Amino acid sequence: MDSKTYKFDTLSLHAGYMPDKNAGSRQVPIYQTTSYLFDDVDHAAALFNLEQGGHIYSRISNPTVAVLEERVSALEGGTAALATSSGMSAIFLAIMTLCETGDHVVVSSQLYGGTVNLFRLTLPKFGINATFVKPRDTEGFKKAIQKNTKCIFGELVGNPGNELMNMPEIAKIAHDAGIPLVIDSTYQTPYLCRPFEYGADIVVHSLTKWMCGHGSSMAGILVEGGKFDWMQNDKFPSMTKPYEGYHGLSFAEEFGPVAFTMKARAEGMRDMGPCLSPQNAWNVLQGIETLSVRMEKHCSNALKMVEYLMNHESVAWVSHPSARDNPDYELAKKLLPKGTGSMIAFGIKGGKEAGAAFINNVKLSSHLANVGDTRTLVIHPASATHSQMDEKTLKLANMSQDMIRLSVGIEDIDDIKNDFENGFRAARKPKLVANQ
Amino acid sequence: MKFIVNNKEVFASTGGRPFDKQKPLIVFVHGSGLSHITWVLQTRYFAFHGYSVLAIDLPGHGYSEGPSITSIEEQGKWIADVIDAVGMKEASLVGHSQGCLISMECAQQFPDKIISLGLMGGAGAIPMNPELLELAEKGDPKAVDLMMDWAHGPSGHFGGHPVPGLHHINLGGSIVINGSIKDNLGVDFRACDNYKNGFEAAKKIKCPTINILGDKDRMCPVKEGKKLAEVIENSEVEVIENCGHMILLEEAGKSLSILKKFIRKNHPPQN
Repeated sequence: MDSKTYKFDTLSLHAGYMPDKNAGSRQVPIYQTTSYLFDDVDHAAALFNLEQGGHIYSRISNPTVAVLEERVSALEGGTAALATSSGMSAIFLAIMTLCETGDHVVVSSQLYGGTVNLFRLTLPKFGINATFVKPRDTEGFKKAIQKNTKCIFGELVGNPGNELMNMPEIAKIAHDAGIPLVIDSTYQTPYLCRPFEYGADIVVHSLTKWMCGHGSSMAGILVEGGKFDWMQNDKFPSMTKPYEGYHGLSFAEEFGPVAFTMKARAEGMRDMGPCLSPQNAWNVLQGIETLSVRMEKHCSNALKMVEYLMNHESVAWVSHPSARDNPDYELAKKLLPKGTGSMIAFGIKGGKEAGAAFINNVKLSSHLANVGDTRTLVIHPASATHSQMDEKTLKLANMSQDMIRLSVGIEDIDDIKNDFENGFRAARKPKLVANQ
Repeated sequence: MKFIVNNKEVFASTGGRPFDKQKPLIVFVHGSGLSHITWVLQTRYFAFHGYSVLAIDLPGHGYSEGPSITSIEEQGKWIADVIDAVGMKEASLVGHSQGCLISMECAQQFPDKIISLGLMGGAGAIPMNPELLELAEKGDPKAVDLMMDWAHGPSGHFGGHPVPGLHHINLGGSIVINGSIKDNLGVDFRACDNYKNGFEAAKKIKCPTINILGDKDRMCPVKEGKKLAEVIENSEVEVIENCGHMILLEEAGKSLSILKKFIRKNHPPQN
């Protein structure tokens, strides 16, 4: 006897939506509206007081966006989700929902540069400070926890160096300290890894990347695992104590496994408002419909590129968890059995100058500040995505001047390799062919 | 809020308002393996509109001290003890699934205490599939998957939670998983399976009763709910279309509208 609940590929296409009764639209309708009619005054009051579910104003929720939220919840195995205008706003909202002024977070040092700056420069303005720990230093996460620490945050596979956090062990460290583990799972998507199955409590995505997948739309999301008990200690008073903003509501008491999401929406979207447009939600939904087939191709192309780069005379080193000599190889096999993702970091012989020549001379591969497009993307992080980090933070992130970040697309693999050959040729003679 | 019943600590959600003995009381009784969380889309309305609300966690469930009570008859008596423990003389009861059996037992054992009865997804008997029962008693998570599959109608499987962003099946499953599958769900399923007094209890119920049923309910099908309703003297039936067993969440708005009308008529609020 087995459960007949729908499986991953079916959920990618159907979760969150049944054809609407009015027009029978098979596709999810785009509700391009700011607001929603109330039946009467009592109905309005009930919605504003969270007595019943429904939509009030598209900054708080929107029917098209809600389909996306349910779909990502279904794929991640989460109890609830809240979509935002970008991945960065999702991270900001997660921290603002968990922390108060004077709180502290423990953060992996290998993160997207914007996220590093959020923790290093912006959140301290709100009185929230971070301690950075190298992703492979599992014991370091434990040592960094203070009395006022409210979560551990990290990317499972760090950007751009591809170092892994030992998620199950770090989850245990967090839970022993009575705090949640928040994982940015943008690189993996739920197709490659469902972090709740390894102890994460909250998952964050930049949906802009592989989930949308086509480089067309900005979006982010928070997903809640539903297992973290906010009432177990007194660390989260805004979750457990009566909240003045909703007539004494205790989010944890009344909403239990969805308390975090309810608070993030009721407080965060109300007061900060980083809402997702329905058009962008719809674009992401289109991407998710083909997530499985795209991720398989991304991963198989990435494996071929790892082999190609490791055997290339112009390449000094390659970092990808699929490589047998990678320190994370065994951990990656356990956490990412369906594929180790399509992000590759490699060092080019000749350092920064050669790197610049390489990037200036590839034609098929796009030089831009994004990852997870269907197309192959390259960038030199030290001069672009991570350029606002100081030397100390760059060192902590294990970043070098010769590093090229590669997001492998789903083009024909021979065309990607041929394009790289042009880049490497230029890199060997940077002064002669740079900027061609 | 937390209070003591039979020397054990009990938790009940009061719907976001302080408990007030001056207001008429409604006690919400959850189903097998679940907790007070399932009632959030009913309790806040009543708490803010003239009632005192207790969405209880049965012993051993949610934040209430264990162990779980092993028979429906004892659970029915325990509800009466809850009413006494908070210093009230009477209450209306609203039950879901196993909570219906418990509420019926309470109403027949303590007819003077119960003003009205709301039964959601109820039946005169809830015999368990032997394989599901065995899995639950072993604490196997597969029991939760099967329960969530059967408990939800189309909106649970596809989507369309009344609260934007929430996921029916994963939320329901997490409530059960966050407790003990073996000690809560296993004990509850066994209590349902053992309980043979449903129709006899129903015959003795004199208070106004409403049976709210889902036409796609595979756990307590409409025909079983209607059979039960026929036995209860002062009973009415409302069937909600396209709805499974988790009526209180799948069709939270419709079920609340029906309950509002019924309870306000039979157990008026304090305005």
